Amino acid sequence: MSCELSDTRLHAYLDGELDAAGAAEFERHLETCADCQAHLAAEEKLREAFANSQLYERAPQRLRGKIRAALPQADSSPASFEADSTSTAGAGYWRWLAVAAILLLALAVGIGWRQLDRANRNAYEPTLAAAVVDAHLRSMQPGHLADVVSTDQHTVKPWFVGKLNFAPPVPDFANDGFPLIGGRLDVLDGRTVAALVYGRRKHIMNVFVAKAQPQESWSGSGEVQGYHWLAWENGAFSFCAVSDVSPADLNQLKQLFLAP
Amino acid sequence: MLQQDERARFEATVLPHLDAAYNLARWILRGRADAEDVTQEALLRAYRFFGTFRSGDARAWLLQIVRNCCYTWLQKNHVAEEMSEFSEVSMPQEKETPESLAIVNHDRDRLRRALEELPAQFREILVLRELEGCSYKEIATITARPIGTVMSTLARARQQLRVILGGASAQKEARHEL
Repeated sequence: MSCELSDTRLHAYLDGELDAAGAAEFERHLETCADCQAHLAAEEKLREAFANSQLYERAPQRLRGKIRAALPQADSSPASFEADSTSTAGAGYWRWLAVAAILLLALAVGIGWRQLDRANRNAYEPTLAAAVVDAHLRSMQPGHLADVVSTDQHTVKPWFVGKLNFAPPVPDFANDGFPLIGGRLDVLDGRTVAALVYGRRKHIMNVFVAKAQPQESWSGSGEVQGYHWLAWENGAFSFCAVSDVSPADLNQLKQLFLAP
Repeated sequence: MLQQDERARFEATVLPHLDAAYNLARWILRGRADAEDVTQEALLRAYRFFGTFRSGDARAWLLQIVRNCCYTWLQKNHVAEEMSEFSEVSMPQEKETPESLAIVNHDRDRLRRALEELPAQFREILVLRELEGCSYKEIATITARPIGTVMSTLARARQQLRVILGGASAQKEARHEL
């Protein structure tokens, strides 16, 4: 297959992705190009094989049922359980009992999840881990730690306005041993994120905050070059804390962020 | 009753694409049980983020999430896999096929095995194009790649698939000649 058109133009023609003029032009070329004729015939045979293959696999019926049953739990707000009419039919008393049972189940699932999370301690997204540790090391260079230096959350939070397309939470945990030092903009994986800087005894911690994306989940924990990182989401935001402090300290900071 | 509306809207716009979600997961992960788990996880994730989906192509939006969950799953389970699209395809392992099998079953099996041998990125693009019937633009959205890359990846995927199928049939012919 030596004709240069056979690599892309031919596929676009086969897939009906050329406009009328482009298709006509390719057909004119096809009349005189034996390479492309042979290649197109081979591709059409392959397409036919796919069409007759019945390789498409439909979702099993039980999966559909499982997802339907799990849907309200996907949202942790109790209000959504009301949408599940099958389990709340009946008198008010039974209704509340059912809600309580579901909440209990959700709690159990939550605990299970946490244990699963623990089991997957070393399971992480290597790209995120590498990116946050790089960013952490970069921030340790002189003059790079914070663009806005302030222990006042009401100074740091407004600083982000207009610099990001979201307003990151900027809590100060000085009373819990994690004083806010400042904030800056950083770039992780091509995305602009907020970096919050906290102190922990003599150590510096970076907490990266991004708007949560459906296609990208931040979760897990791990160690890269002696630095620990811990990632979590709270629905609206994704967080990743990184520092040379102990994993227990990272976890404590995470709990402070998650506390209402 | 906002939640109820939200759920009804989700069931009407996203849930109809469950087959597409499962099929993509099944071919990326190469296993049905894993595909069920990851599809469920992806659907629940889609529900959680449904607020960010305004309108447009719900199938492409969902498949984007499914694809991402699949690769995260492969990484978590240390399936180092052929994450690179440049990895060489080994020659197909010869498996005996009972002569009694109908020829159509035989062809389907051959294509299935050949497809499963391809690197993940080739599998996914062929499944999206040939089984799911996605346009180049949709594939570009789902795989987060420029259209030019979609075209060249598809061309290479088809070429490798034909090499595997050709290799298998060549071996078979050679056996018949013996």
